[in-house]
Amino acid sequence: MADLRNNFVGIKSPNPFWLASAPPTDKAYNVERAFKAGWGGVVWKTLGEAGPPVVNVNGPRYGAIWAGDRRLMGFNNIELITDRDLQKNLQEIKAVKMAWPDCAVVVSIMVPCDEDSWKAILPLVEETGADGIELNFGCPHGMSERGMGAAVGQVPEYVEMVVRWCKQYSRMPVITKLTPNVTDVRKPARAAKNGGTDAVSLINTINSIVSVDLDSFSPNPSIDGKGSHGGYCGPAAKPIALHMVAEIARDAETNGLPISGIGGITTWRDAAEFMALGAGNVQVCTAAMVYGFKIVDEMISGLSNWMDEKGYRTIDDFVGRASRNVTDWQYLNLEYITKARIDQDLCIKCGRCHIVCEDTSHQAIMKEKNGVRHFEVMDNECVGCNLCVNVCPVEDCIEMVALPPGTIDERTGRVVTGKYANWTTHPNNPMRKSVEPAE
Amino acid sequence: MGEGALKDGIAAGRLGADQYAANFTDLHPPLDRHEAFVEADRCYFCYDAPCQNACPTSIDIPLFIREIVTDNPLGAAETIFEQNILGGMCARVCPTEQLCEEACVREAAEGKPVKIGLLQRYATDIAMAAEAQFFTRAAPTGKRVAVVGAGPAGLACAHRLALHGHDVVIYDARPKAGGLNEYGIASYKAPGGFAQAEVDYVTAIGGITIETGKILGEHFSLSELAGRFDAVFLGLGLGGVNVLRADGEDAQGVDSAIDFIADLRQAADLATLPIGRKVVVIGGGMTAIDAAVQSKLLGAEEVTMVYRRGKEQMNASGFEQDLAAAKGVTIRHWLAPRRIVVRGGEVAGIELSYMALDPAGALKPTGETTIIACDQVFKAIGQTLSTDGEGVQLAGGKIEVDAEGRTSMPKVWAGGDCATGGDDLTVTAVAEGRDAAESINRTLMGL
Repeated sequence: MADLRNNFVGIKSPNPFWLASAPPTDKAYNVERAFKAGWGGVVWKTLGEAGPPVVNVNGPRYGAIWAGDRRLMGFNNIELITDRDLQKNLQEIKAVKMAWPDCAVVVSIMVPCDEDSWKAILPLVEETGADGIELNFGCPHGMSERGMGAAVGQVPEYVEMVVRWCKQYSRMPVITKLTPNVTDVRKPARAAKNGGTDAVSLINTINSIVSVDLDSFSPNPSIDGKGSHGGYCGPAAKPIALHMVAEIARDAETNGLPISGIGGITTWRDAAEFMALGAGNVQVCTAAMVYGFKIVDEMISGLSNWMDEKGYRTIDDFVGRASRNVTDWQYLNLEYITKARIDQDLCIKCGRCHIVCEDTSHQAIMKEKNGVRHFEVMDNECVGCNLCVNVCPVEDCIEMVALPPGTIDERTGRVVTGKYANWTTHPNNPMRKSVEPAE
Repeated sequence: MGEGALKDGIAAGRLGADQYAANFTDLHPPLDRHEAFVEADRCYFCYDAPCQNACPTSIDIPLFIREIVTDNPLGAAETIFEQNILGGMCARVCPTEQLCEEACVREAAEGKPVKIGLLQRYATDIAMAAEAQFFTRAAPTGKRVAVVGAGPAGLACAHRLALHGHDVVIYDARPKAGGLNEYGIASYKAPGGFAQAEVDYVTAIGGITIETGKILGEHFSLSELAGRFDAVFLGLGLGGVNVLRADGEDAQGVDSAIDFIADLRQAADLATLPIGRKVVVIGGGMTAIDAAVQSKLLGAEEVTMVYRRGKEQMNASGFEQDLAAAKGVTIRHWLAPRRIVVRGGEVAGIELSYMALDPAGALKPTGETTIIACDQVFKAIGQTLSTDGEGVQLAGGKIEVDAEGRTSMPKVWAGGDCATGGDDLTVTAVAEGRDAAESINRTLMGL
């Protein structure tokens, strides 16, 4: 039986599934429901400085995009940090932590970018007994206009400076939450590490306009006919998040820095993928907001069964196993040659593979054989691009098969060597490192 | 239950008012907007789509479904009507399980085709409710075309001719236009006066005049029409009914299924329609099924369909056979009528011969017989042309036409059930009427 217990920078939780700092973690009522449902931890919705709390819009604050049957694929929000009184939040955090000592309670914080503000709030949070803090350097809307959130996360020097204050004025583990709204996420990650952060968490939401109302011409969510960019998340955001996690995991400067993975995690499989790319645990928000807290049952069961099947006893057994396989394009093996193969027994003859190959790619799939509707790959044209696999509605009907060494690639007429050779040594590369041809 | 529930013989009022209403409501309720989106999302948007190739009118099905899923139902309706102006009725009566839905790749994949018929209905219903007209007539050509028969073939032909700028007069023998759509289809397939609404929708393009109660061979002759008009299209269907050639056929209670179906469609109050307590329907086609099912729905206690050959040879689709069975109709095969048992001038039963194929494959009585007690017999054993053709060449009892619908007589085209080729389906009649109109147009305009 797999052991799902998680120890993330010293913060222990019964499983690696935390709820991210967001509406589901804004108050004790929700958080206690989450713990009862089985969530391993929460990052309490971001606290601001003492004084009158922020106010949210009073109209719609969420927007979405859907696939068929209104399955929510992407989600967007213009909500701000907690709009509840600081003292009320602190009291509830303290009570919840006391009642749920085995679950992780991390507190997200966002205060103005000056030392006094951070110095003021850190002891208040520490007094609650919370397990750690997460620095919200990611919120892309509203707060960033006031010089906080993403406005800090986009400037590595500010990131490093604030992290340093937090480590200086607090004994709590510090998780720095990064914004994806930068060109190179490694820069703020390195800065956080230089500032002494215990971990990074990512991604926060992505700048977005989720849709436009074509009657009123207002962006959605619409507030009295106007819209503002919001933060995008949900399943459709996952690939962006996976990439950023992988970049930090394999970066020479940040390699080994603990990562809490966030971004569209909806199933145990999503979670396992983040962890395989280097995340020590994961945080979930959108999936809970779409389906309720019960989804954690599936996540726990699915991850546990997969680990049993693979023989992984603990989470550490597989964390980071995929990050070593993330490389630069220039190192990909150009001697790895694949061809698409259509399983004629599974083929339902929709013809999608043919028409996309014909119209948009390499004219490598026939539509007819002996006068009969028939879809088959022509190896002399197939570049192995995988488009047909992606568009085929039948799972496993088309697969990419690697040509074994010694066979001839009918497209190029060249024998498959079975040896590794990449762009760095390719004769067509004017910057090649060696004059040796790839063959 | 009505007062006449268990009355022997042929009686009206076998059911309560709400039972009649429930029995004759829409067979397939329409999809609502979300249901349509979910169903439309199942379409794979196939290349060279098999469904489209299976449609006699070649509607671009993947395109109209994609238009539905993108919330563009008017665009979808236009795509449908471009090929089939009677797309609304075809959505209701097409045996889709033998046409587009049989060809759907999801049928091959999982035995659950996309519900193309219901999606077509969704789009066409919206367009017709909005009275959206997608076609504008070409400039008047000054040419006049007579169309005989205001059924699916005639209406489709007239619409396409009007589109090309010709003026059309449709003559129909019945008091209302629509042909089999109005008189020959089970009530639960097109309730709510849909057939007349569709006639109005089709003729709204303009340039089409309909004269009802005008019978070919009675009020005018074919040569007369050919003289008065630039072209004539015959879409008069099959008005005659085959005879049983069984003793007792003239007895009270032996009726034509066609007339029964027509009476049902025209009845203002179903409770006034008499039906036998025990009904036998002779035949194995769609008309037999429609008559049998509606007998049951009108309150007949026992309804038996008898067909002289086996299940595989029945013209009625598998879906229709299952529908009949689900409604409580008993279908018996390899039985042919031999004699109507008559008592006091009224039907008391039907004697049937057991049939079998001899070694040469010919259908022969086995010598054994059986009697089914009944008080009403409906004949649904095929229809015949009600005209001798007035000089046009016939073949196999139908008007002979070439691939474009031209008859042997100059200026005269024909299509639908009355013409050779085709398979006696509404959708085929539409295709033939439309294509004949194109042929007429090419001829008239010298194209």
